[in-house]
Amino acid sequence: MSRPSVALFVTCLVDAMRPAIGFASLKVLEEAGFDVIVPPGQTCCGQPALNSGDHDGAVAIARATIACLEPYDRIVVPSGSCGGTIGVHYPELFADDPAWLARAEALAAKTHELLSFLDAQGWRPDGVALPTTATYHDSCSGLRELGIKRQPRALLSAVGELKQLPLKGAETCCGFGGTFCVKYPAISNAVVEEKAQAIEDSGAALLLAGDLGCLMNMAGKLHRRGSSVRAFHTVEILAGMGDGPAIGEAS
Amino acid sequence: MSFGQRVDLALADKVLKVAVERTAGTAEAKRALAVEAFPAFEDARTRAAAIKDHVIAHLGHYLEMFEANAIAAGAQVHWAQTADEAATIVVDLCRKAGAKSVARSKSMLGEEIGLPHALAEAGIERVETDLAEHIIQLAGERPSHIVWPAMHKTREQVSALFRAKHRDPHVEETIAAMAESARRHLRAEMLGADVGISGANFLIADTGSICTVTNEGNAELSVVPPRVHIVTAGIEKIVPSLPHAIHMLRMLARSATGAALTQYTTFYTGPKREGDRDGPEEMHIVLVDNGRSAMAADAALKEMLRCIRCGACMNHCVVFRQVGGHAYGGTYPGPMGAVLTPALDGLSANRDLAHACTMNGRCQEVCPVKIPLPTLLRGWREKSWREGLEPVSMRQGLGLWRQAVLRPRLYRMASGATVRAMRLLARQGWIARLPFAGAWTKYRDMPAPEGGTFMAQYAKGRRR
Repeated sequence: MSRPSVALFVTCLVDAMRPAIGFASLKVLEEAGFDVIVPPGQTCCGQPALNSGDHDGAVAIARATIACLEPYDRIVVPSGSCGGTIGVHYPELFADDPAWLARAEALAAKTHELLSFLDAQGWRPDGVALPTTATYHDSCSGLRELGIKRQPRALLSAVGELKQLPLKGAETCCGFGGTFCVKYPAISNAVVEEKAQAIEDSGAALLLAGDLGCLMNMAGKLHRRGSSVRAFHTVEILAGMGDGPAIGEAS
Repeated sequence: MSFGQRVDLALADKVLKVAVERTAGTAEAKRALAVEAFPAFEDARTRAAAIKDHVIAHLGHYLEMFEANAIAAGAQVHWAQTADEAATIVVDLCRKAGAKSVARSKSMLGEEIGLPHALAEAGIERVETDLAEHIIQLAGERPSHIVWPAMHKTREQVSALFRAKHRDPHVEETIAAMAESARRHLRAEMLGADVGISGANFLIADTGSICTVTNEGNAELSVVPPRVHIVTAGIEKIVPSLPHAIHMLRMLARSATGAALTQYTTFYTGPKREGDRDGPEEMHIVLVDNGRSAMAADAALKEMLRCIRCGACMNHCVVFRQVGGHAYGGTYPGPMGAVLTPALDGLSANRDLAHACTMNGRCQEVCPVKIPLPTLLRGWREKSWREGLEPVSMRQGLGLWRQAVLRPRLYRMASGATVRAMRLLARQGWIARLPFAGAWTKYRDMPAPEGGTFMAQYAKGRRR
């Protein structure tokens, strides 16, 4: 009997900045019993256009993404933010366009954020150990648009010898906000400065999250402060890649 | 001053940060406890939103009911289309009453219609009776928060202000002594006023009553002794009946301060009746539209009329917590202000407000009437884009990017080239200065791309 399949929407940031997250996703999805397909026409979900007010641009990109992904049974995204764009905002974009609304809703219904998808499958990392401490930041879109809170922590608790430490203000935005961080850099900096302080105060050696944008913001601030805290996407830890280079460490 | 300049000023003010953090931090913690202790708060939010949606959909019906019942109770009802009209009505009523001084109980609507300014122009002395508004008046400033107008000031700053301005200031450096100082200063002025002016937290349609909430009892002391009581209220403050008002009050107090109820919750129905021992001889209720009817008819804004002015959205906003209320530049700050100010004061001068938001959704999560604030802010961003108010560089940059995103082969080439270029700028995995992204690298380092995009490596056969 053939295995069920998932299509991996790798996201534009992972594609360009940290392919390791994509390869970690391939690995764990295969371990969870899926054949993984990488749809060749994928680019970006269009969130920069959506959040900049470019409605027509967002609609054009959403149509292209829907056409690219709708042939597959289920789609998995290693980002709560991009997952939220497809799962929550695509249908909003087509509120006045019944034909496309139906397609957007169909895609939204079968699109899943990676960590919550793995948890829902009952999958847990098997034989993965990492003797260190980690703290977890809840990225806003995943937390509030998709209800991702318990799942990544449950998955990480199956990683041997990894101690999870609480992060004060774990649900407080890190100040990334997509284009916000370059449109209002001083405000963004004030926010991420507090976040970096809280991360350092947690005493953890690793910072984990489920969204590369937020991770780049926090890791970049931690590095500028001279902090020794290292940052990974959660799936890299689950795939047993936590002994490799962290975000910003030369490979 | 531009938004950016106001933000720079605010971020440079370390005392402001301390002041905002003390009050908003306490409010956040207390609200969380209050919500935890409230069975089914989520259902209560849903019900509160439904009550407001119902009255917004039937605004005319309930306003007419309110007017008829208020008149039957002996009040006089005035209608104002604009802020100026509302201020003029109030000033004329004060003049007709021969008022030399008015006692005013804090009302954000009063700020919205420019009442402090209008009274000053008319030569009528204004006594602000809310403690925080009193502080603001002494300092010659504007409110920075809708619940705590003087939130931007520390108690140390307030102490110095009282010592400089009060007739008989406090000796001991305690909060109680400072409150006493304000009481000594305010009591006589308050009780000598000819007219009392208040806002209204709710208008009760089926009784014609208005409701005020305060923690100091200053509303009652402002409007009961004078001969004339003038109420200014936005038309969206209407609720059908007392039980609806009670539900909204439970949401309001918990969301604003974390208290189960404010110290004083008072319902006023008409002026003094025969046999009453006290109360004003005249009660005037000025119902203010100022753009609200237009908002009710605008699908992208009407949910904003649910707002009960609790301030939870700003208390929980990462941007507000850094820059405080004055940086927003309008009457109303924070997320709710960022939605309202473009509607009240125009979008072109206020387009920054909708963008200066990370879209983290926390405001919507704590809103007692479930206003989808991020969605409404996105609506302003779309309007700003449609009307050509966005900077040319942003439009062109996004336009080029979109062309690439819609052409996967072009996109692969562009992203591959970007990755290679960024790696040339990296040292030991990090980029300290990045052309075209100086706003990022001014404050933080940029991790260098690993090298080779995922799609290119996958196409070459890499699988792990």
